[in-house]
Amino acid sequence: MSKFKEILLTPIFKDNPIALQILGICSALAVTSKLYPTLIMCVALTITVSLSNFFISLIRNIIPTNIRIIVQMTIISSLVILVDQFLKAYDYETSKTLSVFVGLIITNCIVMGRAEAFAMQNTPGVSFLDGLGNGLGYSLILIVVGAIRELLGSGQLLGIDILTTTQNGGWYVGNNFFLLAPSSFLIIGLFIWALRSWKTEQVEEKEFLMSKNAPKEVETHHA
Amino acid sequence: MQKDSILNIILVGVGLCIVCGAVISTVAVSLRDQQEQNVIFDQQSKIIDAARLLEVYPSSQEALASIEEVVVNLNDGEPSSFPPEQYDLDSILRDSSQHTVLNGSEDIAMISVRENLSKVYIEYRNNELKTLILPVRGYGLWGTLYGYLALDSDLNTIVGLEFYKHKETPGLGAEVDNPNWKKLWNGKKVFDENGLVQISVIKGFSNPQSADYSYEVDGLSGATITSKGVSNLLAFWLGNEGFGPFINNLKNKEIQLNDV
Repeated sequence: MSKFKEILLTPIFKDNPIALQILGICSALAVTSKLYPTLIMCVALTITVSLSNFFISLIRNIIPTNIRIIVQMTIISSLVILVDQFLKAYDYETSKTLSVFVGLIITNCIVMGRAEAFAMQNTPGVSFLDGLGNGLGYSLILIVVGAIRELLGSGQLLGIDILTTTQNGGWYVGNNFFLLAPSSFLIIGLFIWALRSWKTEQVEEKEFLMSKNAPKEVETHHA
Repeated sequence: MQKDSILNIILVGVGLCIVCGAVISTVAVSLRDQQEQNVIFDQQSKIIDAARLLEVYPSSQEALASIEEVVVNLNDGEPSSFPPEQYDLDSILRDSSQHTVLNGSEDIAMISVRENLSKVYIEYRNNELKTLILPVRGYGLWGTLYGYLALDSDLNTIVGLEFYKHKETPGLGAEVDNPNWKKLWNGKKVFDENGLVQISVIKGFSNPQSADYSYEVDGLSGATITSKGVSNLLAFWLGNEGFGPFINNLKNKEIQLNDV
């Protein structure tokens, strides 16, 4: 039982796909300017990665090695198209906002990464949980980014006024920077900093050491 | 059977394609009606919003019932006998015999081609034309904005402007959907005494003391290019290449739409 719990919960803080593996950044920048489309995007990605893990794991023993990537891609693309179709039928407004980014889940490294790294070696049930965990890990970051961006950019959360902006007759001057994609970099960066200060084992080893700025050492070498 | 044998590769490949293809097509076909309904419903609700019909009619159904669709020939501004229910803008824009290619100086809305026939919506109240709703489109910052402009019975006063499709930046250009900004359009005038299109989105706030106040709408802050795009698309569609001739004909009472 604890093994299942671990598979589900590890990707949320300990091995977060965005914060630790730095995967799936593209959509984290693109769809997070408002919280509601962000939530729908999270649901869409979580469903896709869970089900793609499940189905790929289900047929992992008959997938020929040399066409495995294209087989994974076919399954992932089919699932994404299904999600997109359902969205167009049942939440047309949000599907207009998300537009091409739902389709771009196909290229999201998290989905492909979990298929190749986990689902190909594990049983369907466990793979499904792993997909679910990674989807939730992705969602956690996206929701944090989306909430901060919508609050500081448009003074709202889920379209409800929290800080009434001057455009709507209030006092808050919306920070336009948070409405543009680069602000997500800032927020994700701060999130990673906070996470690694808490879980210090996530801090990467330094790739090289800075040499000390000590001109006197040069002299001693000559001598 | 070997997992990596050529036979297995072909079997898995073909099998997967058939299964995925079947699932996707089944779902796509069964959801199509619902999706098309959504698109139509979305456009209808924008028409109703642009004309502010829900302030008059208790429900969308009754509002829609008051609206008549008319196909208009944009070249001469006369109503066409083309059946409105068969009108399909996408196929017209693909068929070079049904649209006009615009050259650089004409194409202020940056739409490249203009359909020869357009479908407009007219709301009748007590058998009189009350609101004229025109489809408009033009390029903003990231893509084309599609919307509806509603004019009052004097064919000069704006009732409302609504966009149903655009790709503008959320929070900046996408503020074209902000209800407070859309309210600013109500009551603005389109043409001056000489019949020239004067309406525009200006930079900053319009001064109520200014002589041009009735032709000016406050710009969207941080969205200069979108604001300009909206000005341009209105200038185009209300001008001679757009609905200008049709509006003039209506004003001069040269056409009786009820006869069509």
